[in-house]
Amino acid sequence: MSDQHLQARVASIIALGDDALVLGQRIGEWCGHAPTLELDLSLANLGLDLIGQATLFLNYAGELEGQGRNGDALAFRRDVYDFRNCLLVEQPNGDFGRTIVRQLLFSAYQRLLFESLAKSADSRLAEIAAKAVKEVSYHERLAADWVVRLGDGTEESHNRAKDGLAWNWRFVDELFAVDPAEAELLTAGLMVDRNALRAPWDRIIGTVLSDATLQIPPPVRGVVGGRTGRHSEHLGHMLSEMQFLQRAYPGASW
Amino acid sequence: MYVQEVKTASLGDRPVPVVVEDPARLAAFEARVAADEFVEPKDWMPEAYRKTLIRQISQHAHSEIVGMLPEGNWIGRAPTLRRKAILLAKVQDEAGHGLYLYCAAETLGVSRDQMTQALLAGKAKYSTIFNYPTLTWADMGTIGWLVDGAAIMNQVPLQRTSYGPYARAMVRVCKEESFHQRQGYEAVMVLAAGTPEQKAMAQDALDRWWWPSLMMFGPPDDQSPNSAQSMRWRIKRDTNDELRQKFVDITVPQAEALGLKIPDPDLRWNEEKGGYDFGTPDWDEFFAVVSGEGPMAHERLTARREAWDNGAWVRDAAMAHADKRTARVAA
Ligand SMILES: [Fe+2]
Ligand SMILES: [Fe+2]
Repeated sequence: MSDQHLQARVASIIALGDDALVLGQRIGEWCGHAPTLELDLSLANLGLDLIGQATLFLNYAGELEGQGRNGDALAFRRDVYDFRNCLLVEQPNGDFGRTIVRQLLFSAYQRLLFESLAKSADSRLAEIAAKAVKEVSYHERLAADWVVRLGDGTEESHNRAKDGLAWNWRFVDELFAVDPAEAELLTAGLMVDRNALRAPWDRIIGTVLSDATLQIPPPVRGVVGGRTGRHSEHLGHMLSEMQFLQRAYPGASW
Repeated sequence: MYVQEVKTASLGDRPVPVVVEDPARLAAFEARVAADEFVEPKDWMPEAYRKTLIRQISQHAHSEIVGMLPEGNWIGRAPTLRRKAILLAKVQDEAGHGLYLYCAAETLGVSRDQMTQALLAGKAKYSTIFNYPTLTWADMGTIGWLVDGAAIMNQVPLQRTSYGPYARAMVRVCKEESFHQRQGYEAVMVLAAGTPEQKAMAQDALDRWWWPSLMMFGPPDDQSPNSAQSMRWRIKRDTNDELRQKFVDITVPQAEALGLKIPDPDLRWNEEKGGYDFGTPDWDEFFAVVSGEGPMAHERLTARREAWDNGAWVRDAAMAHADKRTARVAA
């Protein structure tokens, strides 16, 4: 395996881990503040699943990289420009409408991705994805149910769901963009061609939004950059919170 | 946690009518309870018993819910992925405890909405411990160790409390609380064996949480007016002072094993009684915190009110949507 090939593999796995980590961190912010006790329990489930996925992906990326970094080193000791998550997951929670729309857009993508990834030639990656696909299907169902409730609920909830959609829609294209560095991984059957996920994703989202009496937003010029470390301003603030202890007490074990 | 017998206004501000119970029924009830039989929701029970239970179980439920806030404060800053998952799972367990307890209280004829309104209006109490701030990461381990530890001490006897739904809720809750206690102790152990800064952090947390933890058992027996009746009704099975003594006796050796010092100059082993003598908590502070003057009381209630108010449109939407579906099915 060439150095370049290894680097591309590690980077693509880090991106999977970062998506889960950053969204898990965001979902954790709801804890104790959700609209109902039942939603507090559900959102905590989502957060736990995502943190669990992040742990598996990042630990694996660290092992493959072979530089002595584990999941914690990757999560807590990289700066913004080394994070590879998509911009969608780092978006602030906003109200529950914005949070749950973000969840729907992301979970539908993640479910399709993991279903394909479960057939990867990388057996370790396939294993992680196969386990995670069950979790993510539940996230997708929960989010879809709530988007329908909000969209087809009251006038206020309809408008808030619409606003949430408008906020998050700019970041959808990035989910399906294929990094040129991944070309070799696709040929080797190690990674998933995300481009191919767009059509089924459009169908899924179309159905949910139609049930929710919401319109698919008009096409917008997608904002991209997360996969190459060009993030929004929001991520730096998240990291300053998330990484505080590891930064303040270097070398300590917890 | 987090049971402590604190006198509060009943739900709502209505004057409470004095109920005169049928003496024969009352005697039969008292005999059943004295024989350690469980009372079930459909059974006849004296009004005072029902009211006391509603107060105690709803206070307990509110404590679980408000208790999510001080620990939720550190989920975003947990130092490792493993610690983050453990903490999030713990806070989620507390939400689950709140839910079982609200359900148990609902069997007594009060709704979750009524109980929530009483909490948000500042009319219902919750454990004083959650009105203290969580300042460092060591507070997470220390709360698990001491606060969940004290909760277990209070709740294990309640698994045999006379009201069936409450007793059964406690069986499930106690299992999880003891898991929290062990996880918390393990987290403090890592700090105590860590760098000098980490050990100092652990000691500081113990210094701050020790006395509020002792106060979790409620006021001293001679200032706990409702205790005698609650004991007779098996709503309470040990006195506040007995439980406090038990907690100190178990916790002191645990602190010694960690190499941490309990912040009490009067603490010493008493061979004769086979337990520790210890100092008197600051009861003035306790009663001040009970009446809403805790350092974080304002923040905790505000956070709960904001969550409730900000969630109103979501709850309304869910109802409106359910109504629309029903209407469509009917059409
Ligand atoms: Fe609890
Ligand atoms: Fe607990």
